[in-house]
Amino acid sequence: MDNKELRQTESKREPGAAWTPAKGVRDGFPVFLGYFAVAFSLGIAAGNAGFTPFQGFIMSLTSLSSSGQYAGLMLFSENAGYIELALMILVANARYILMSCALSQRFSPATPFIHRLLIAFGLTDEMFGLGITTPGYLRPAYMYAALCTMAPGWALGTAFGVIAGNILPDIFSQAMNVAIFAMFLAIIIPPGKKDRRILLSVIISFAVGFAAAYAPVLSGMSSGTRVLILTIIISSVTAIVFPVKEDSEQIDG
Amino acid sequence: MRPSVFGYIFVMFAVTYAIRVLPITLLRKPITNRFIKSFLYYVPYVTLALMTFPAILDATSSPVFGLVAFVAGILVAWFNGNLFITEICCCLIVLVLSFFG
Repeated sequence: MDNKELRQTESKREPGAAWTPAKGVRDGFPVFLGYFAVAFSLGIAAGNAGFTPFQGFIMSLTSLSSSGQYAGLMLFSENAGYIELALMILVANARYILMSCALSQRFSPATPFIHRLLIAFGLTDEMFGLGITTPGYLRPAYMYAALCTMAPGWALGTAFGVIAGNILPDIFSQAMNVAIFAMFLAIIIPPGKKDRRILLSVIISFAVGFAAAYAPVLSGMSSGTRVLILTIIISSVTAIVFPVKEDSEQIDG
Repeated sequence: MRPSVFGYIFVMFAVTYAIRVLPITLLRKPITNRFIKSFLYYVPYVTLALMTFPAILDATSSPVFGLVAFVAGILVAWFNGNLFITEICCCLIVLVLSFFG
């Protein structure tokens, strides 16, 4: 870290000088609270799938991805094999490919390779947001401070969600079963106001997903397999019919 | 044979990390292919929509409660947009319906 080359490179990019570890903690703290609340609903789902609080904690600490983890829990409830799990996680988390590509442009040539390996581990939507808005090159120390501040919220929230689902009376824990779906709706519906192509792809997904649950061949599959196959088909069709412009911004949601 | 929880956790970690680390270390450039870009643009919305509906109908004691929560969630997300407000509204609706239903 402390070599001359790095300091010289960074001094050319003064705008990022204020992006210190202390700022990372400050920027990460609101996310800690948000993560805790969101992971709580994921924990309810984990408990329903049969995970213990500790298993939920480890899952969230190692994966750090809401839709991917929920997809994994859904498949676990259906006893799906590891190959199907791997494919499902690949599709559910595919958007990180875009973020990872975009962030790869923001490393200083002087930044050691190990930082790419470590920053990739914590590349959540929120970390991407912080990284991509840092002026100039990425500041690894800032990124780690932010990640170490927010990630415990995700893991602890999951563990407490599992515990709450286990100890609360049925009528409450059943009501909280819909929390994760409400969260998904809050992620996918608002962007549809700005981009009608997103709205259309969401409506098509609702309709096709519902129809497929009763369609001859598809209804015989597990719901995990259906989600996997339909995601690939619907996303491909919308990508062909409504391609996004070359210069369109990265998604961040 | 039932897959193990830690086997699942490991596969989830391994695939998620591979997706995050390969582009940042090996690819190191923005995606220019228009189809792949468009595909990746729609994938998150499509997956989450497919995982939400009709699964939400099975999440409550009666599918009707799930349907009401689904419609309420869409309306609150559309007009308010806040994640926590949407979650609290949906949970409260199901709670109230369960009390009287």
